Amino acid sequence: MLNKYPLWKNLLILVVVALAFIYAAPNLYPPDAAIQVTPARAGAEMSSATLNNVREALDDAGISYFGEEVNGSTALLRLESSDAQLPAKSAIQRKLGDEFVVALNLAPTTPDWLVNLGAGPMTLGLDLSGGVHFLMEVDMDEYVSGRITNYREDLRTSLRQEDIKYRRVVVEGTKVRLSFRQEALRSEARTFINRNYPGEFLPQEEEVDGNFDLILMLTEQKVRDFEDYALKQNLMTLRNRVNELGVAEPLVQRQGRNRIVVELPGVQDTAEAKKILGKAANLEFRLEAEPGASRFATEEYSFRDNQNRTARLEKKVITTGDSVTNASSGFDENSFPQVNISLDSKGAARMTQVTKKAVQRRMAVLFVERKPKTTYEMVDGVEQPKTIQVVEKSIISLATIQSVLGSSFRITGLQSAEANELALLLRSGALAAPMDFVEERTVGPSLGAENIEMGARSVMAGLALVLIAMLVFYRAFGFIANIALAVNLVLLVALMSIIGATLTLPGIAGIVLTVGMAVDANVLIFSRIREELKNGRSPQQAIHEGYDRAFLTIFDANLTTLIVAVILFAVGTGPVKGFAVTLSFGILTSMFTAVMVTRAMTNLLYGGRRVERLSIGGKA
Amino acid sequence: MNTVNFMRFRHISTAISLTLLLISVVAIGMRGLNFGLDFTGGTLLEVEYETPVPLSEVKSVLDTAGYRDVVVQNFGSETDVLVRMSESFRDDLGNEVLGLLQTNVEDNSLTLLRSEFVGASVGEELRDQGGIAMLVALFVVMAYVAFRFQWKFSLGAVMALFHDVLIIVGMFALFQWEFDLNVLAALLAVIGYSLNDTIVVSDRIRENFRMMRIGSPAEIINESLTQTLGRTLMTSLTTILVLLALLFLGGDIIHNFALALTIGVGVGTYSSIYIAANLLLAFNVSREDLLPPELEEEGDEAP
Repeated sequence: MLNKYPLWKNLLILVVVALAFIYAAPNLYPPDAAIQVTPARAGAEMSSATLNNVREALDDAGISYFGEEVNGSTALLRLESSDAQLPAKSAIQRKLGDEFVVALNLAPTTPDWLVNLGAGPMTLGLDLSGGVHFLMEVDMDEYVSGRITNYREDLRTSLRQEDIKYRRVVVEGTKVRLSFRQEALRSEARTFINRNYPGEFLPQEEEVDGNFDLILMLTEQKVRDFEDYALKQNLMTLRNRVNELGVAEPLVQRQGRNRIVVELPGVQDTAEAKKILGKAANLEFRLEAEPGASRFATEEYSFRDNQNRTARLEKKVITTGDSVTNASSGFDENSFPQVNISLDSKGAARMTQVTKKAVQRRMAVLFVERKPKTTYEMVDGVEQPKTIQVVEKSIISLATIQSVLGSSFRITGLQSAEANELALLLRSGALAAPMDFVEERTVGPSLGAENIEMGARSVMAGLALVLIAMLVFYRAFGFIANIALAVNLVLLVALMSIIGATLTLPGIAGIVLTVGMAVDANVLIFSRIREELKNGRSPQQAIHEGYDRAFLTIFDANLTTLIVAVILFAVGTGPVKGFAVTLSFGILTSMFTAVMVTRAMTNLLYGGRRVERLSIGGKA
Repeated sequence: MNTVNFMRFRHISTAISLTLLLISVVAIGMRGLNFGLDFTGGTLLEVEYETPVPLSEVKSVLDTAGYRDVVVQNFGSETDVLVRMSESFRDDLGNEVLGLLQTNVEDNSLTLLRSEFVGASVGEELRDQGGIAMLVALFVVMAYVAFRFQWKFSLGAVMALFHDVLIIVGMFALFQWEFDLNVLAALLAVIGYSLNDTIVVSDRIRENFRMMRIGSPAEIINESLTQTLGRTLMTSLTTILVLLALLFLGGDIIHNFALALTIGVGVGTYSSIYIAANLLLAFNVSREDLLPPELEEEGDEAP
């Protein structure tokens, strides 16, 4: 029979709509203001004694709380109002001390039965929740050239050990040039390198001034491996540093080849956040220069705590901060402060090799910091600011090597405070490659709340206007389209909640636009039905034909828009991406609601019976 | 409804479009775009005063303090002040500026609402990415329409899109409205929207070319445009309604986004009637261009 949906189709639509309502529901429950407590040290447990302390602190401060939750090492306490958050935080922090990180958080109030179904609210983007967004760029060139220098030292040592006599080994950009007096030596070296560094170099031969040169260029693959490693290492370090900040739900994510996005919702103190994130410190372990050493092989540095005190160090770096796996301050058997340092196997091997010949000499730890410095220069007659990164190196420790050092050693002869500071600096140094801030955005919490309010208001207003317009122009059919539109919104919210998409302000704009465009499909169908009626078809036939004929047009039109949305998503970043996500989902859900849902309702209303007139407006 | 003779005005519309395009190109060439922070790089601070302050005063305070390229403007309300400068961001730049402004106005407390910093290289990259996104979108759309319809439609659709985008960009250049990442997103959305419109019209034109045995191409196009006019206007109306809601209620951050879209929907509606269809006529579209693929089935029936 014409205009009757089979039962399964109706059921399918009902099920989809019901699911949409269930999964969209968590967004209706406003979150509670909460306080989150985590131990500063990774891997530590949340003890009941700590929890008692937290309770006590809150009781003493007269702040009421409820719904404690302990999840692994994290404890979450809900508060009656968001005004109590800051006093509660400082009260708890004072009580627990620096061993614990206390952060403000929002705890979802999704009912248990919804949680059991895996439903949860949408996450809000920074522009809605308030917080800080950083984009950091890893300086890959610097990192790769650092690796190259390591190779030079490595090659020198191993060639010497193999007794292959070379004239010189120098670094030229991203290449290493080895010079030999005889061709035989060069081919010997080449075999040796091929065997010991498989797949790492593209060797090239050249004869210059009677020397037989071997030029080693890193393979593409090796460079990419290095970059990957540096980025991963930096990501890890950043995550650790972010944890130090005690942010409830931080995001630290790779973006593209050499960038890292850090988003810290709820953080307002950017200076503090940047200080911890952008410590951008690295360490170099070097031997102090021997008296009378050549000026070309040594450099002079001042001490970090005393600019006037300097020491002359060898240029050669024993190992760097990225091989430091741990550093902690403690006391030795005589209760003198000390710093214990652990190195990874590679760093340890280098350390042993160098210190074997250097017992009783002194070793320095150089602290390498990168600081931005802005200068101005004339470009086309206009003064343009130019930011350059200045590298500052200073000595944080200079200690005598008592014996051959291995994978773990200690630095003694320090003051207690000094030891603490040194351990902290050593730990923080583990960035593989230097990073610069290339983008920073801060949104205050009041602005975030305002954005939500304005977004919600414009969605409401836009929706109301469209609903009225549809009702006026298409009567009963308009009513059906309006229900479909409402279902569409619910479906869109449900879909975004399920996949965990982040709602941003441009995302809301995308939703609003979807509302406007979603009715397009219905307008197409309805005007087609009107036309069919005008051409003298019966109401039932008109409905059938209208839906049928409009479908292809709707499909074509939506598909092309979807193509644009997908391109937006693929190429865009930040706000553009947020907009693209809601737009593409909106297109998909609106196809379903505008075609299937309205058809089901039309069928229920008119299908399978004699109909004289359709309530569709116009001069039908 | 009587068939409207849209194509009678095609020469006038061509003249209007060409004029608008010329103005746009000249505006872009002469004035350039007022790129937002996303594209230029630099620092932006939004502060809120308790009571309104003259902007010139704020600017002179910052100028004398030695900040470069300071732009000061109100943002939304009289108490909300937006400061943009090409200074690169430092940890405490926000507090520095805040303190400076605070000392100037003693009994008027102010708070920092928002601070943004974009590195110059990132800005450049975003600009390139945006341009690429636009070109890729246009190209893919062209390929799709050529595949679904025919190359004359494809060329007409893409030129209509190009027309829309150029006019919006031209308006932004003419009035020096700030062009940021959100506006770029709006441009791409306009491509999507205007295309939607053009496809609907093209679809009807194709259908009518196949169904109507009589009538010149101009008559068929007029008929098709008339048939889809109700739908075109209705959809534009609902979309513009929500865009007005965004424009007036959505807040200042997406104001220009909504503005670009509103212009885009207006121009897009016009272009799907006059540019795409007009070009079809100019390309001498004929029934033969649109022979239905069912023809092959007829061939099968032959012995």
